[in-house]
Amino acid sequence: MSIIETKKLKKIYDDSHVPVKAVDGIDITFEKGEFAAIVGPSGSGKTTFLNMLGGLDNPTEGEIIIDGINIWDMKSRKITDFRMNNIGFVFQAYNLIPVLTAKENVEFIMHLQGKSKAERHKRTRELLENVGLGDRMDSRPNKLSGGQQQRVAVARALASKPKFILADEPTANLDSKSTATLLDIMERLNEEENITFIFSTHDARVVKKARRVITLEDGVVISDEVK
Amino acid sequence: MIWSIAWKNVWRSKLRSLVVMTAVTLGLFAGIFSSALMNGMMEQRIKAAISNEISSIQLHKPKYLENKEIQFCINNADSVVANIEKNPEVKAVSKRIKLTGMAKTARTGTGIIIYGIDPEKEKNVTAIYSKICDSTSLAEKRHITDPSVIHNYLKDSCGTYFENARSNPIVIGQKLAKKLKVRIRSKIVISLQRVDGTPTEGAFRVIGIYKTNNTMFDEINIFVRSKDLENLTGLDSTKAHEIAILLNDNEKCKEVEKTLQSAYPLLNVMTWQEIQPDLGMMTEYMNVMLYVFIIIILLALGFGIVNTMLMVVLERIKELGMLMAVGMNRSRVFKMIMLETIFLSICGAILGMIISSIVIDYVADKGIDLTKWVGGLEAIGYEAVLYPSINLTFYFGVAILVVLTGILASIYPAIKALRLNPAEAVNCYIVKLLYC
Repeated sequence: MSIIETKKLKKIYDDSHVPVKAVDGIDITFEKGEFAAIVGPSGSGKTTFLNMLGGLDNPTEGEIIIDGINIWDMKSRKITDFRMNNIGFVFQAYNLIPVLTAKENVEFIMHLQGKSKAERHKRTRELLENVGLGDRMDSRPNKLSGGQQQRVAVARALASKPKFILADEPTANLDSKSTATLLDIMERLNEEENITFIFSTHDARVVKKARRVITLEDGVVISDEVK
Repeated sequence: MIWSIAWKNVWRSKLRSLVVMTAVTLGLFAGIFSSALMNGMMEQRIKAAISNEISSIQLHKPKYLENKEIQFCINNADSVVANIEKNPEVKAVSKRIKLTGMAKTARTGTGIIIYGIDPEKEKNVTAIYSKICDSTSLAEKRHITDPSVIHNYLKDSCGTYFENARSNPIVIGQKLAKKLKVRIRSKIVISLQRVDGTPTEGAFRVIGIYKTNNTMFDEINIFVRSKDLENLTGLDSTKAHEIAILLNDNEKCKEVEKTLQSAYPLLNVMTWQEIQPDLGMMTEYMNVMLYVFIIIILLALGFGIVNTMLMVVLERIKELGMLMAVGMNRSRVFKMIMLETIFLSICGAILGMIISSIVIDYVADKGIDLTKWVGGLEAIGYEAVLYPSINLTFYFGVAILVVLTGILASIYPAIKALRLNPAEAVNCYIVKLLYC
């Protein structure tokens, strides 16, 4: 059974005089455990598509069904809770909370979920050790390198035990060494723990690692290649 | 954890937070200190009015209040006084003959209120005996430094409170003495009505000149011994127009008033607030005014806080977008921003209250000397040295108002944050910030 299914998904921005079709009728499915990259030139609709999959932006038309539930049938508050419990996000600019330590940044999501202190502490330690930051748990983001911050962001995305992780250009701000480390970690998590990763990217290194590559152009899927 | 994040966020931009906190501190200090000054001034006025002028409670014949005629007396005043003295809340009682009349000298004359009193009993109720003269300033004015000379000189210039008095002694206010151009041992003729309705006159010799901090009071109130007034008016010694009561605790006025009113239903029992409604009203009015004053200050500070918090929201659009994206619901975002605002306000407020309390304590001990404006202040019944005073309840009230200000000031920035679309906010670049 597919974990994500989109049906005739459309997003039209009607802010300016000329409506812009950012996503134009995408029908696609993602299975559990996929390691997929969405590629395409700037303005092809990658980020918009990812935002809609993540319940951050509502489609103009079409459906997004996650585990059998059409998420845009839910009320706003329910969608927020749904995101918290089912979807992990990794952003291009890491977006960690600067006043919290790495440990606290990861714990925060579990706190929102109402997990016990003991459970939070145990899982945070496991996750940060898993991304190679067991020794930097008490460091604030400004004391971490870009690569380390993005690894904390991955640990944070995993904290809520999501069904899948959406990563919007996760390597765009990283050097090649940090990119390689991050990709290795994500690949390992995918292979060992069967975690589903969907990236939007321009980065050839990410594309190389991905087992499925979906190419968008003008809001339309022009190729969907499984390696 | 939201509390912890909010607290840490306050210190994210230390300088900006400190500027806002300093504004709150200074604003509250100014507000609390000014309130303490106004409150202290009012308390001094009430204290002086009770101790020098009206006492805590007074009893009259109801008709006397409508028409201050000599015949509207309280009968068996001595037994009423003896009864009232048994009440444990009562500190002292004094019966008074109180008449209106004319005071005349060879040069001039003026309308006065004349009190016939028992000086020893009156001493326990009002403090006029202690206002016989401002010894220090008078001696200083005349450059007299020798204590024995001062004593004799003062006795000569201001007199005493019925000490070693011969026949018909009279104690008058300094303002009246100036008006009548009299001094110690000068003769004053008092004209009033006898109990049978016929006019009468009596010559009195000035034995003491008092000076309170209310020149209006000093100008019209004069004191003589009740027996001298009884001789002059033919009034029975068992009668009195007024019974003045001083309580141990003025807060219990209403309680004692009730007891006395039920014990003496034919008499009119009045508390100081009823005797001088302007003072009573002032107490009520001042309580409201102090809070209005603080609210105005907090309102002004509130706008500063709103501005700061708007900047905070603007600067953290990406972060707020991320928080909403990962599942922080609107109520939690609102709570976080509200807590930040409250922390910001409360830190400044605590500091402001501590500084106010220290400064008020210090100034309340030393007093603020406004003798430069003594004439003006005393003309309206206020003392020239002010002692700020404020009670603990006021601080609690201010603390609650500060929290309310924090909550109100957070609403607009929080609404701005809640309106953010997480998808747009997480991708909000610096260039776009202004339009977000």
